Amino acid sequence: MITHDLVILGAGPAGMAAAATALKHDITPVIIDEQPAAGGQIYRALERTPLRGRHILDEEYWSGESLINGLADQRIDYRPATMVWQLTRQREVGLLHDDKVEMIRARHIILATGAMERPMPIPGWTLPGVMTAGSGQILLKSSGVVPQAPVVLAGCGPLLLLLAVQYLRAGVEVAAILDTTPRNRYCAALKYVPGALRNASTLLKGVGLLRELRRAGVRHIRDVSALRAEGSGQLERVLWKQQGDDQWQTLETPTLLLHQGVIPNTQITRAVDCHHEWDEQQLAWRPCLDEWLNTDIQGLAVAGDGGGIVGAKAAAMQGQLAGLGAALALGKLTLANSTERAQSIRKALARDTAIRPFLDVLYRPAKQWRLPDDDTLACRCEEVTGGEIRRMAKMGCRGPNQTKSFTRCGMGPCQGRMCGITVSELLADANQQSVEETGYYRLRPPFKPITLGQLAKAAEEG
Amino acid sequence: MPRRVVVVGAGFHGCSAALRLSNQGYEVTVIDKAYAGRHASGVNAGGVRRLGRHPAEIPLAIAAWERWLNMTSIVGDDCGFRPVGQIKVAENDNDMATLIERECQVRNLGFCHETLLSRDELYKRLPALASHCPGGLACDGDGYANPYRTVTAWRREAERQGACFREGIEITALEPKSNGWQLSSGGERFDADLLVNCAGAWAGEFCKWLGEPVPLTAEAPMLMITERLSPFLGTVVGATSRPLSFKQFENGTVLIGGGVRGVVDLARHVAETRLGGLAENADTVVSLFPFMKEARIMRTWAGVEAVMRDHIPVIGLSSQHDNVIHAFGFSAHGYQLGPITGEIVADLAMEREPKLPITPFSIQRFQTPCPKQDEFTYAN
Repeated sequence: MITHDLVILGAGPAGMAAAATALKHDITPVIIDEQPAAGGQIYRALERTPLRGRHILDEEYWSGESLINGLADQRIDYRPATMVWQLTRQREVGLLHDDKVEMIRARHIILATGAMERPMPIPGWTLPGVMTAGSGQILLKSSGVVPQAPVVLAGCGPLLLLLAVQYLRAGVEVAAILDTTPRNRYCAALKYVPGALRNASTLLKGVGLLRELRRAGVRHIRDVSALRAEGSGQLERVLWKQQGDDQWQTLETPTLLLHQGVIPNTQITRAVDCHHEWDEQQLAWRPCLDEWLNTDIQGLAVAGDGGGIVGAKAAAMQGQLAGLGAALALGKLTLANSTERAQSIRKALARDTAIRPFLDVLYRPAKQWRLPDDDTLACRCEEVTGGEIRRMAKMGCRGPNQTKSFTRCGMGPCQGRMCGITVSELLADANQQSVEETGYYRLRPPFKPITLGQLAKAAEEG
Repeated sequence: MPRRVVVVGAGFHGCSAALRLSNQGYEVTVIDKAYAGRHASGVNAGGVRRLGRHPAEIPLAIAAWERWLNMTSIVGDDCGFRPVGQIKVAENDNDMATLIERECQVRNLGFCHETLLSRDELYKRLPALASHCPGGLACDGDGYANPYRTVTAWRREAERQGACFREGIEITALEPKSNGWQLSSGGERFDADLLVNCAGAWAGEFCKWLGEPVPLTAEAPMLMITERLSPFLGTVVGATSRPLSFKQFENGTVLIGGGVRGVVDLARHVAETRLGGLAENADTVVSLFPFMKEARIMRTWAGVEAVMRDHIPVIGLSSQHDNVIHAFGFSAHGYQLGPITGEIVADLAMEREPKLPITPFSIQRFQTPCPKQDEFTYAN
């Protein structure tokens, strides 16, 4: 097994920036990415997107170019289209590329595995025609594909508004935005505006998006408090209620895009059993990190949204920070040197993330979007409903590993990625205990399925 | 007669002891450092097997099997038991010779639950098997069950009989006290007239405290499970000279295990899987069922098991104290025996002669020169 100084998992903004920083300090990193092209979700398919009109995707998207170009440096061992299916606490990484299994070892690892969308388990969310705003955007960026119009977007968060605008620019009819941000939330978020002003450009960008939607005359329905998708075999209509109104309203649509913000993708940090905490402000789990973004496992750091949602720009800054951390850990920099170099990055990072409290409060997803009702699926793979999880809680299941053993909830092909947070929150709610006490799935390799044949081949090759 | 019993360890054996002791009117507290069924009992391969047992275990396994058939009447749940049969496959003539010898040995001991399969009989039962296997050894009526569901059913029945379960409590000290014991966990104290050691991989620590150390190692048998496949396998299949146990559940997923070991981290109370061992296991599976090559592995895991030097458990009274009973060290094949452990422990508590022969399992065997280890594989 070959040992490398630094292995970075993920070629999004954090991973790419970490690689560039490491290189500056005489470390030749290996950077592993599951996608065929670098950029992560935010700069996805930037080099090959068929959307030639640069105005559809915005400036921020195209700003990823310089980071991506940095990966072309010959000293970087960049491995696209490579899946990571195992990571051990001894920093051995199991890879799969072109049907071939390989194990490598690292002295230092930076996980830059980013975020995933928070599941939004409303009635009917599993109907064909209902998808997440994130997947809608992936289709748009990577293949210029737009869903069947008119589309309805429902939920809250910056991505939802951004996607609505991108659709408009691409000429897709947006029938309505069903905004689930409660009215009183604007007041609650108000006190965070002064802080957020430190990152005025992002704030202005948001205001700009709203203005663009209004000018285009998109129906923006606010204060949505209940939502369901209906149809036989596939989505036909969306129904909603507004706060204070008991009437269901209806809109016929073939496409519904749901979004309740993003959460850290903790699949790998969980699998190696890093210490995690429940972030009550972001309503999500995140690994506990020190000032160099190191986890409690020797030689394992996390940069970017995987350690707590910060956004793409801040993720790149964290990547630089983790790159310095790697240089420090590998003896390429002294503590004094790395601390000095980190200073300006930390300052910029504080400025950029100053907007987070405002966004977290404004777009904090309400309970009804996080906890499915009794008849709605929580685990799509094994078809386990919210009601079944509540029944398990009554039977004495305190945590998700117990419901897993009973119902197979979280044991399907997605390995609990989709339902993990939902089940933790459901059990906490049903048992009247904190999410922290309830805990999370014990995750097991492989992170992504590999075949027995691929694994057997690894045995032959030793 | 002692009244207050503390059972340390809420695995299957601890729950079984708690049920039978409560049933006899004892005041039972079960203490577990994590939760019921957290380790070996809850995450094992679920094999319910008499096939291939150590000769000393055969009477116990047969008695336990009768309990498995009546599981619903004992704990109100069949625990997912499916008596689909188990078959050990010979991969070559050497294997076949081993199986023939084994069958003869068991028959000479007066048991008839294991039967040899000719090549034709083998392929009639396992049509998907690769064509190179000369025969096998079968045990009809064996099968598999759902481990975590089993522990939970036994725990709940024990609770109905009056046992009290205290989870998340790690015993940090043990002191003798006027004809009994006091156990401490942080500030909390538990008094017991009788102590039952069902602490599995952590039982060795208690034995040290009790002044009767045992050669116990914590091991982590690894398991992996595939995506759902079309039904192709009814019975549980094992290999003869390579570690393998293989079964397809009703939902189509295939569980692969059989003894390849992962890494135990006792300080963190967890077991981790190891690529090398899993790859070896995958290789065995693919050579026996070539079409499985394309099957995707969904998950791998490992459970922490207590393995004794001679691969059979410790069941019986302490050699040092007359108010301690041991039932641990089932060496990665204790799941099937769970139902009778409680009965034996209750007999010992009541100072009755156990109905089953347990002399070979005495802790005293480690205080005399160690017996020669048997060559045959006894893994689940």
